[in-house]
Amino acid sequence: MADHGKPEDHAPNPDTDAYAHESELESHLQTKRMVINMGPSHPATHGTVRLKVELEGETIVKIDPEIGFLHRGFQKSCENVTWTQCLPYTDRLNYLSAMMNNFGFLNAVEKLIGLEIPERAKYIRVIGSEIHRLTDHLTCVGATGLEMGGFAPFLLAMEFRELLHDRTAELTGARLTTSFGRVGGINRDLPEGWAEKVRKSLDRGEELIHEMDALLTRNRIFVDRTKGTGVINAEDAIDFGYTGPALRACGVDYDIRKARPYWVYDRFQFDVPVGEHGDNYDRYLVRIEEMRQSIRILRQALDTIPAGPIIVDDWRIALPPKPEVYGTIEGVMSHFKLVMEGIQVPPGEVYDSTEASNGELGWYIVSDGRGRPYKVHVRAPGFPVLAAVPHIIEGKMLADLIPTFDTINMIGGEVEQ
Amino acid sequence: MDRVSAQLPEAVVERYVDRTGGAWAVVHADALPKVAAFLKNDPELEFKLFGSIDAVDRLHLAENDPRFEVVYFLYSLKRGEHVRLKVRVSENAPVVPTLSSLYRGANWWERLTYDFYGIRFEGHPDLRRILLYEEFQGYPLRKDYALRDRQPLIPERPIKDIFRGPGTSGLS
Repeated sequence: MADHGKPEDHAPNPDTDAYAHESELESHLQTKRMVINMGPSHPATHGTVRLKVELEGETIVKIDPEIGFLHRGFQKSCENVTWTQCLPYTDRLNYLSAMMNNFGFLNAVEKLIGLEIPERAKYIRVIGSEIHRLTDHLTCVGATGLEMGGFAPFLLAMEFRELLHDRTAELTGARLTTSFGRVGGINRDLPEGWAEKVRKSLDRGEELIHEMDALLTRNRIFVDRTKGTGVINAEDAIDFGYTGPALRACGVDYDIRKARPYWVYDRFQFDVPVGEHGDNYDRYLVRIEEMRQSIRILRQALDTIPAGPIIVDDWRIALPPKPEVYGTIEGVMSHFKLVMEGIQVPPGEVYDSTEASNGELGWYIVSDGRGRPYKVHVRAPGFPVLAAVPHIIEGKMLADLIPTFDTINMIGGEVEQ
Repeated sequence: MDRVSAQLPEAVVERYVDRTGGAWAVVHADALPKVAAFLKNDPELEFKLFGSIDAVDRLHLAENDPRFEVVYFLYSLKRGEHVRLKVRVSENAPVVPTLSSLYRGANWWERLTYDFYGIRFEGHPDLRRILLYEEFQGYPLRKDYALRDRQPLIPERPIKDIFRGPGTSGLS
């Protein structure tokens, strides 16, 4: 207590003494435990998730994330449609990086069939994946900036994201849920002059990322709120099953593109950014650097993409070309069988994983030899990340919850399957 | 896998390699915590990164006894490889010992598996539904749970002329 020259032994009378209430003001705030419901759709929680937060003053004593508001029965839906009809469902797992989910699922199915896709299709898959990695990270970083009080970084991020969405729309016909992959390759080839357009968008994008970086990385408010908050150490992160940027921010150098290269990732030069402290600031920095590396991969892929077919020439797997369907009985038959019965995937099981924008996207698929999957399990990268939120945030301040929730980038669609 | 077999021979029921080259080990339910602890703590293996857990309902498969298979995916950063474990449990007593004290990441995945398949994890600190609400009856991902079964928490208003869900048989 400050010294006001009051005698210590004199107990103040609140009715007569002018300073009587001062001790109350300066003493520790007497609080009751308070339960706050954040969500189900709170502006700071991306996706519909309800957080039951128990507060003691401003300190979070206990937090219980309750998910499932978006539950759509992804697995059950997939188990009742043909393999190809699963693709729209996989798109909607993560609506910010639909192509990655799409291609990841196809990768697992192709592994189960034992199918090698054409070279050009592999390149286009890398290009699509990296474009969607950029849009995902841009949304995450932009929203983080916005929720820390900066509107400009969000606008910059959205400008680049719009450019990329336009390129995606030219390539696939849709902005978000593209359904672009097919078993054995991809849906259609790159449009005329598209590569040049992408290069121009990337040029502009590099400027935008640089501006965003300049606005946020040394911003006092942003740094104060993100540095040292939401900390998780490497050991705990591994124990919880963290992957992707959230794990790399803890200093663990694990990227599936490097560890087990798929498609043609081993032909490109790129670095895997690694953080140190595992806090929100490091997760943000890792994402910024990953975007630069994605641009690097995109440029190399666009420069070296070979000519050739984009889907396998096997009518048991890919739909025959339209002239064949209209002109020959074999074409009609294969088309009919593929549409009505689906691709006949031989019985067996497979676990396969790719590096999606938020981490390891794993697929465990069981086939019983018919045209429909018997079991589709998705290991969503956001699920373990969200599971660790109570561990990260308990005992910290309520205000720390916002940047933590931003930078872990939990996606409702995949977490709630 | 060879090391597991050598170290804990009585724990492993079956080992096989699937068509895509993934190595699998089917272990006894009782021995699962021991196997997992060995995989995690052995200095040469270090399967520390927790992948996921899920179950397969083998009701319609040719080989369907016991009915459920609980599958585990662990990853070793040191060796750069996955390990796939399976535990088979019957329909009458779908109980598996929990791994949540060994891997903290297992906590939520076990809740998810319980929620969808009704497989109980013995010793789990907080085994309750995670995606569905408490009052939900049955386990939706079991193969004998009807695709069109609906249990709305709030009564649904009748909607006409909307085709619901996958399949071709129209409105329920």
